[in-house]
Amino acid sequence: MSETDTTETRNRWGRPGRERGRTDGKFGRYGGQYVPEALMPAIEELTDAYERYVLDNEDGFMDEFRERLADFGGRPTPLQRADRLSERYDREIYLKREDLLHGGAHKLNNALGQVLLAKYMGKERIIAETGAGQHGTATAMAAAHLDMPCTVYMGERDINRQRPNVFRMKLNGSDVKPVTAGRGTLKEAISETMRDWAATVEDTHYVIGSVVGPHPFPVMVRDFHAAISEEAREQSIEATGRLPTDVIACAGGGSNTMGSFTAFVDDESVALHAVEAGGSTLEVDEEAGVAPNSASLFAGGEGVLHGARTKLLQDSHGQIMESHSISSGLDYAGVGPELAYLVDEGRVNPVAVDDDAALEGFHRLSRTEGIIPALETAHAFGFLEEHAEELRDRVIVTVSGRGDKDLDAAIEETDKRDIEGAPDMSMFTGGL
Amino acid sequence: MAENESTADAGRDGDTASTGNSKAIASAFADGPAYIPYLAVGDPDYDASLAYVEALDRGGADIIELGLPFSEPIAEGPTIQGAVVRALEGGMTPDRFFAFVEELDVDAPLVCMTYYNLIYQYGEGEGPRPFVERAAAAGIEGFVVPDLPAEEADPLREACDEFGLDLVFIVAPTTAGERLERIMEHVSGYVYVQARLGTTGAKSDVSDQTTESLARIREYDVPKAVGFGISTGEHAERIVAGGADGVIVGSALVDIVAAGHEEDRATDEVAGELTALSRELKAGAERGYAARTTDGDAEASAEPASPGESR
Repeated sequence: MSETDTTETRNRWGRPGRERGRTDGKFGRYGGQYVPEALMPAIEELTDAYERYVLDNEDGFMDEFRERLADFGGRPTPLQRADRLSERYDREIYLKREDLLHGGAHKLNNALGQVLLAKYMGKERIIAETGAGQHGTATAMAAAHLDMPCTVYMGERDINRQRPNVFRMKLNGSDVKPVTAGRGTLKEAISETMRDWAATVEDTHYVIGSVVGPHPFPVMVRDFHAAISEEAREQSIEATGRLPTDVIACAGGGSNTMGSFTAFVDDESVALHAVEAGGSTLEVDEEAGVAPNSASLFAGGEGVLHGARTKLLQDSHGQIMESHSISSGLDYAGVGPELAYLVDEGRVNPVAVDDDAALEGFHRLSRTEGIIPALETAHAFGFLEEHAEELRDRVIVTVSGRGDKDLDAAIEETDKRDIEGAPDMSMFTGGL
Repeated sequence: MAENESTADAGRDGDTASTGNSKAIASAFADGPAYIPYLAVGDPDYDASLAYVEALDRGGADIIELGLPFSEPIAEGPTIQGAVVRALEGGMTPDRFFAFVEELDVDAPLVCMTYYNLIYQYGEGEGPRPFVERAAAAGIEGFVVPDLPAEEADPLREACDEFGLDLVFIVAPTTAGERLERIMEHVSGYVYVQARLGTTGAKSDVSDQTTESLARIREYDVPKAVGFGISTGEHAERIVAGGADGVIVGSALVDIVAAGHEEDRATDEVAGELTALSRELKAGAERGYAARTTDGDAEASAEPASPGESR
């Protein structure tokens, strides 16, 4: 497997591993379509559109998608050797720079794909949910770029944590609707967006933000993000003549994870590490219904949430727990069904990194490589620090997003801790 | 009533016959339209909820849908979502729900409405069987599971068949063709006809999507109960005159519970209002049924003589 010719991109699109889930939305015992009946016709219509436009490139959809990802998004993103980290860990460490994609995170891949698909389907309106605001801002950018009206549902608590992203969405002309139910985070925003969709399916497309939800969302979102690992695989071979030995990506819902892993799943020599948010602890507070982490692959159980059977954080009765993480982008009680399957199969190694280690990773990458990562991304570097000895000699870490959006949170959290090499942030606490 | 264990037939002289498991549910449709109220169990607390459900029974409920609250009620609008939040804050769990059902003193058969994860997670071992077994023991006669499509329903349907319970499915205004056929193959007891798109919630008009939905499923031999947006006796009358075998009312009743809770009113007083609205809805349904039978053309009256256009 040493295909480096870019003209073969289309052939790789149909590589065997990518067929998983495409026909029936099932990944072993996971996946499916657990949605209210009113949504089923929309799901079936979307499945049909996915098969025609994405899989069969009808009307040149995929050509236009790739062209726009290049011209508007800035793909391909670089695979950069991290010199200081390579030295520190005595391994070749490469960074897949999704933080350099337009918008500052990998999220645009999927948002652009889905908004464009909605246009091909003749839909007139876009709705989306957002946690950290990364998917919301990406959707708002894509909607503005493609001239589609867009409404974004966002938990009230997340709105307060991510004000700059709220402004960005509004600047792009999107309507941001606060969701006050529950703890006001991502899972409530998803439920609320599904409610909107149930009432408006005929003219509205729901741009889901991760590889979660009912079929075809998990496969479709994976396919839109697959460029991350397709490029990284090719770039690795080009730069070093070899495949990487290890790929590391942070995992919340799993879009960055699946995007980073997909092209490598069939390369059995490549170890795949999904780094979840371990939060403050992996212990759960059953009484309060709170899991102070978002480690659904690592610590969750099987269940049904938001349209799919997957691994999730739930209490002993099956009520969904409130997750928690220092990074709101990982703060979700479920995870993509394909990831749950790949973990059960032993193909993906699920690991949890706590808030402290993630924050240390945030500072380490900023200081040593000149890249301020998103707090989501920082978890991957926390894992690298803690487990470098267990990795082999050629490691790719996906920098899923840049950290500008997290500066307030990073300053506040840094001030609470004693982090080696971190600057004194006390003069900034209280907000920039 | 000619009935047997496997396929209890409502035997309504050539009118709608049930293909369901529960005799009690079949009987509820056997002699006139069924009034089917819904409340979330434990809203706002266990004891008040007990009084409220019994008030529905006094008001003439033919079947009562009891909501077992789930933390992510994606098919519900703000009204029932509010009820679910109050019930969960009041400490409702599946086991307390079953204790509630056992303590309840009502005549109407009980249908449990909840989301699949709670059914799936209950008890030891995998799958829905332990939940269904426990529900049957408590006296539940059937289920409505809004996030369980027919495609994924085989394990639950098998457990329901084993314990003699019905599995009700929802048909939306957008449901047609193969999907409709698949649902109709799996449904038992009654089919829940969603009157309009969207989530649950009381609305002042009853959409003519209802009429179309009823027409689409007229040929299927199972009672058709219409829900979503019914809040007055007049709505119930029109829906039944339009060919429905029953009316399902949730949000309008939950509104009464919510107002009572917010205004901190006595349980008896709130219960009295629930009984009064129930009587109005039941009477409306019966008027609609009478209008239909005097037309002498009940089967063909899917297009009502007085639809809601004027409202």
